Amino acid sequence: MNTNKNKYINAYVGGFLMGLLIIIAYYFAGEGLGSSGGYRDVAIGIIDKVSPAYAKANSFVAPHVSGEEGPMQTWLVFELLGVIFGAIISAAIFGRLKFMVGKAPHITNKKRLYLALAGGILWGIGTQLGRGCTSGLVLSGMAVNSLSGYIGLVAIFGFGFIFAYFFKRLWIKKN
Amino acid sequence: MGPLYPQLLLNPQYNLLIGALIGVGFGFLLEASGFTNTRKLAGIFYGYDATVIKVFFTAALTALIGLFFLHYMGWIDITLTFYPKTFWIPTLIGGAIMGLGFIIGGFCPGTSLSAAASGKIDGIVFIIGVLLGIFGFIFTYDTAWEALRKSGKMGRVNIADWIGMKEGLFIFLFTVIAIITFIVFQKWQDSWKRKMDQKDVDDLGI
Repeated sequence: MNTNKNKYINAYVGGFLMGLLIIIAYYFAGEGLGSSGGYRDVAIGIIDKVSPAYAKANSFVAPHVSGEEGPMQTWLVFELLGVIFGAIISAAIFGRLKFMVGKAPHITNKKRLYLALAGGILWGIGTQLGRGCTSGLVLSGMAVNSLSGYIGLVAIFGFGFIFAYFFKRLWIKKN
Repeated sequence: MGPLYPQLLLNPQYNLLIGALIGVGFGFLLEASGFTNTRKLAGIFYGYDATVIKVFFTAALTALIGLFFLHYMGWIDITLTFYPKTFWIPTLIGGAIMGLGFIIGGFCPGTSLSAAASGKIDGIVFIIGVLLGIFGFIFTYDTAWEALRKSGKMGRVNIADWIGMKEGLFIFLFTVIAIITFIVFQKWQDSWKRKMDQKDVDDLGI
């Protein structure tokens, strides 16, 4: 038995269970599974802490800081806190809980981290402009047949395939 | 009848608690399915790993069929839920930016959080990037983004209605397309696997 092989659950089983979670989320909370919305709430919470006056003046932030509850007291933020625990539990069970840099072997750690930072910045902008990410916009949108989810699917993965051609060397070593 | 919280049939504290529990399940499944492994995520764009498309389409179909059934039985009113409104122009442009971010950064926001939680340093750095991007967006929103973000407004649009097709038929066609996609990507992965080094196969867990 090779102990270096990563063990993952069957993809169809994982997808099926994830689908059930989306149904439960919609039934109880009326929410889909989301990620970027929670990040936004955290960012807005930080801005509101640093400068409440600016938070009220910015027309993107203002609607989120008008209520009695703090801007971070949202369903999505609690869901993301859960995600952290869930991932830790799974990684511990499967023996993957350790500090490391994930990357293709021919890429240096330094290069990978710069690229991760750049990619993250693009996602930060793209999610706020496009109104959600792969989970909140696309997956949860597709779950209710929202046109928006399908536009997101085609845009993220369609352009992803085009960009993938130009950045092939980040992931696949030249033979 | 669902959804419970939007109709005030669920106490706000319980709603947040359920949100956290659903998050635990979501984070567990992301990690257990391999979504904290950036090479597996990028693999979908090159064909060497089919996991993303399998998990993603299976999850979407399960939820879609389940919610359609619950709605049909009168057990949930979809119109009372978070139902993404369509603004096609910003979603298309934002999606292109996210697509580029996916190839360069190797994660999306949900997967990076799971990755960071399990100790992936690239996941932690990616999250810092997402927050920097959001701050940048917010600070330049009034001057640079507001008009674009509000353009292409279509409201709540159901894709089956938009095409002019019965919802059941759309779900059936999507199921067929998903199955074909699974077969194609599985064959693509198999052809890669035959020529890959064993250590790469082990890393991907395929």
